Amino acid sequence: MSVTREEVAKIASLARIQMDDAALDSMVPELNNILNWVEQLGEVDTSAVEPMTAVIPQAMRLRDDVVDADPLTAGGRREDILANAPAAEHGFFGVPKVIE
Amino acid sequence: MSDLTNLGVKAIRDGVAAGDFTAREVAEAFNANVAAAKDLNAFIVATPEKALEAADAIDAKRAKGEDLGTMGGVPIGMKDLFCTDGVQTTAASHILEGFVPQYESTVSANLWKAGAGMLGKLNMDQFAMGSSNETSYFGNVLSPWKKDGSNAALIPGGSSGGSSTAVAARLAPAATGTDTGGSIRQPAAVTGITGIKPTYGRCSRWGVVAFASSLDQAGPMARDVTDCAIMLEAMAGFDPKDSTSLDMPVPEWEKGLNADLTGKKVGIPREYRMEGTDQAILDSWERGKEWLRDAGAEIVDISLPHTKYALPAYYIIAPAEASSNLARYDGVRYGLRDLPEGAGLQDMYAATRAAGFGDEVKRRILIGTYVLSAGFYDAYYTQAQKIRTLVAQDFEKAWGECDLILAPTTPNAAFPLGGFDGDPLAMYLNDVFAVPASLAGLPAMSVPAMLNGDGLPLGLQIIGKAFDEQGVLNAGLAIEQRSGFDAKPERWW
Amino acid sequence: MSNYRIQGATGEWEVVIGLEVHAQVTSNAKLFSGASTEFGAEPNTQVSLIDAAMPGMLPVPNRECIRQAVRTGMAIEAQINAWSRFDRKNYFYADLPQGYQISQLYHPIVGEGQLLIEADEKAGIPEDKIIGIERIHVEQDAGKLMHDQHPTMSYVDLNRVGIALMEIVSKPDMRSPAEAGAYVRKLRSILRYVGSCDGNMEEGSMRADVNVSVRKPGEEFGTRTETKNVNSVRFVMQVIEYEANRQVDVLENGGTVDQETRLFDVASGTTRTMRSKEDAHDYRYFPDPDLLPVELDDAFLSECRESLPELPDAKRARYENELGLTPYNARELTAEVETFGRFETLLSATATRIGKPEKQVATQVANWALSVAPGVIKSLGDEADPAHASSGAQASILAMQDKGEISGGQAKEIYEIVLKTGRDPEEIADTEGLKQVSDTGAIEAAIDEILANNQDKVEQYKGGKDKLFGFFVGQTMKAMQGKANPAVVNQLLKDKLG
Ligand SMILES: [Mg+2]
Ligand SMILES: [Zn+2]
Repeated sequence: MSVTREEVAKIASLARIQMDDAALDSMVPELNNILNWVEQLGEVDTSAVEPMTAVIPQAMRLRDDVVDADPLTAGGRREDILANAPAAEHGFFGVPKVIE
Repeated sequence: MSDLTNLGVKAIRDGVAAGDFTAREVAEAFNANVAAAKDLNAFIVATPEKALEAADAIDAKRAKGEDLGTMGGVPIGMKDLFCTDGVQTTAASHILEGFVPQYESTVSANLWKAGAGMLGKLNMDQFAMGSSNETSYFGNVLSPWKKDGSNAALIPGGSSGGSSTAVAARLAPAATGTDTGGSIRQPAAVTGITGIKPTYGRCSRWGVVAFASSLDQAGPMARDVTDCAIMLEAMAGFDPKDSTSLDMPVPEWEKGLNADLTGKKVGIPREYRMEGTDQAILDSWERGKEWLRDAGAEIVDISLPHTKYALPAYYIIAPAEASSNLARYDGVRYGLRDLPEGAGLQDMYAATRAAGFGDEVKRRILIGTYVLSAGFYDAYYTQAQKIRTLVAQDFEKAWGECDLILAPTTPNAAFPLGGFDGDPLAMYLNDVFAVPASLAGLPAMSVPAMLNGDGLPLGLQIIGKAFDEQGVLNAGLAIEQRSGFDAKPERWW
Repeated sequence: MSNYRIQGATGEWEVVIGLEVHAQVTSNAKLFSGASTEFGAEPNTQVSLIDAAMPGMLPVPNRECIRQAVRTGMAIEAQINAWSRFDRKNYFYADLPQGYQISQLYHPIVGEGQLLIEADEKAGIPEDKIIGIERIHVEQDAGKLMHDQHPTMSYVDLNRVGIALMEIVSKPDMRSPAEAGAYVRKLRSILRYVGSCDGNMEEGSMRADVNVSVRKPGEEFGTRTETKNVNSVRFVMQVIEYEANRQVDVLENGGTVDQETRLFDVASGTTRTMRSKEDAHDYRYFPDPDLLPVELDDAFLSECRESLPELPDAKRARYENELGLTPYNARELTAEVETFGRFETLLSATATRIGKPEKQVATQVANWALSVAPGVIKSLGDEADPAHASSGAQASILAMQDKGEISGGQAKEIYEIVLKTGRDPEEIADTEGLKQVSDTGAIEAAIDEILANNQDKVEQYKGGKDKLFGFFVGQTMKAMQGKANPAVVNQLLKDKLG
């Protein structure tokens, strides 16, 4: 299976990566190279195989319902949250105006 | 005083504790080497003041007779994938340039608690995607090694290329690395140092910029096996903030080191004898068998039948996870924002990500997006996860016949910069021996074996059962004691 | 069967409705972080590094959120999946910092269940109806965007990000706005009984995505539209009404209905296409590699089951069958947690006070709770202090009434004073003269006088004009200024008139 230029453009749009014509032109063969190579996985009969869910078998731990139990996973640190924001005003993040 | 930068982790720790030299003297010596090695481009940010600050704290503790910790007085390099409180963390990407975390990763926090200090943030392949350290936004890292009779710049391996160069060039006695599909072992092998990726879940992923969550593991890179054991012990440990963290005690790996392999069976996987592998690599493998036999181990042939599918499966799973993990780099909360005139929100995302991510990162995000997209998910992603099950089952079966596995770390020695330009696929093949253990979550390490005909180092890989880092370290030690490898790069920088 | 139909030019159309209700799980902390879920905080003050999707941050699930989803599933008699897992739903939006929502697609925690909506003739639901529930899954809420604070920017508040939601997905089993309304009300009631969601629709604790399609009766399902985030029962019904008519118009004019996401405009009561919907979504769901499968053991599941309260349907049946209440009273009292809570407390207090089994006083208490007490409170308006409406005081009034010490009218009067002042009901009855006279001497004296003054009527009564009995009762009560115990008056009159 191989991808067309249009498909790559669509994937790039899904992934929110702007690509001009030149970028698309070089990306298409590269992706096809890789996709053709991974194609070989189809040779393996996996009909009786479960996809892996956890590489080291262990059950998920659930944490207690306690607010701000650990400062590293707690709320109440707005300064830290906003410290690196390209645009922050009045305690909010700013983004280009969205029309819904 | 002899050059302190020739010392490793254990020697520094013990020397500081014994009062042979101060932690400050050690930090100053390494700071000087870091400052003098700009040509290697191993560091994105140097933090000499941090190294001194930690050293002074250790010296003060010693004066008071307090416990100095298992890494007391040892300055290290920190791969720029670990978030460090107040120090820029970029994952070597333009999209995170200027990002200063307000938090410390669990692994780095553990190291500081153990008495280590930070020399700086190490360069790497962008978002840990690469095997040659040529994808960093902050420029290529150069290996300190050169081919005999050649002046051509060589790659230091990747993605932990800043780490491997820093340790090999004596800019740091040790450094952190991360390994998703070989990113500790491959650079260790091509720079003649030692590195171990522990069992998946041993080291917390909290605060480590994610590449592929189900594969990412941190580990140490150092001069020798003992130093790796000491440092891994400091890095590892249960972390309730990471759902995949192993809730089990950290063994005393340093104390447990023992190169006597009597009664151990070491498996030689026949599928790792691949076409195109350098003869020198095959020779080193033969020598490795001899050394382990000499240490008391029995060598047995084993089969890992799905080996050839591991790499392609990896190149579906890792990009798929990455395509999602990297969605958060959108120019809203941190890092780069590219807002073209009149752009809306979605345009801003697309522009920011186009400007912020390097080519290899984009390539993998696109592959990952594609294999998860409607209509392709089962054919690619589900199939790859099934192959992953088969690869893990191969190892499970092998453990019925052996305790450890010996294999080459890489199919070739370090290659020249730009050697794989325009052929990403050929580059991916560098990790062909490293990836199967990653897919199975197993502990695996690379130890230096010998120099090839060009005078370049080659590594041997030991893979162990889940949780058996001790067995892996012990076999590594047995090789280290017999290989007599003490080559180090001639200083040219 | 619902008889709700849209009358089109080409005949009758049937409406098919499915609802995806997002219910905020009651928990102190968020689903994957320790930040608080409290409503109404300053922007971005309840946001952890995890919620803001800072690099390297990881989710760890909150047990209580899982537990509440499981308990909710049990309450709708659903299949509980002891093995479930979280998936990532990938899309880019400013209210979604991670670039994906952690949700469940492939293996939800709760499978198929059902919910009963009750017959309501007036609303056009002729008989009880079972609505199928497809699944309940647990997922993260998104943040909030504000569009009117700045000329060129939208502001982003992440306080809501990561709060646990249950998405409760119905089957397309509803056929009228009334059924959908009843479904949402019933679901809300169950959630509040269980305690897994506060059901506060104004604060956004419950929002419905309304899926509507139309078809000619008996034909295949038509193409549906999904109107997002509708936050009241009334609006849900409005959306259905509007959408159904709009779709009929489109189809009858030869058009086709687009499968699309729409927004409800509260002001106009209409829906419109979402403009921000750029390309067809491809969410690229895959299992979240930061998390492991959720495996629930028997101990966890039995704790969930044992902690479930009596649920609305069971409670209503018990009120009718064991307490002997009318179907109307039983339904009214069991509709809301507050109503049955107050009722059961009062019932128990009254029964204890009177020394009778609950069954024998249940009707009296139900009438008091549903009509008498609310009437008094309503008439007092602001003068009533709700703090004084204790079950002790009300039980005391009901006990006096039961013993015949006070009349119904006096009970109301006493309760008025209680609500205004918090005084003790028995003390009020005593000091304010609000007690019936049961003293036969005083009543006999009054009766004797009345009979003496109305000899003619006495004769007529004895001559067979039974209706005059009421006249004598009335006169006696008037003479006693309304305070005579009617039972005693009746008995004495009967004795004296022979
Ligand atoms: Mg929906
Ligand atoms: Zn949802």
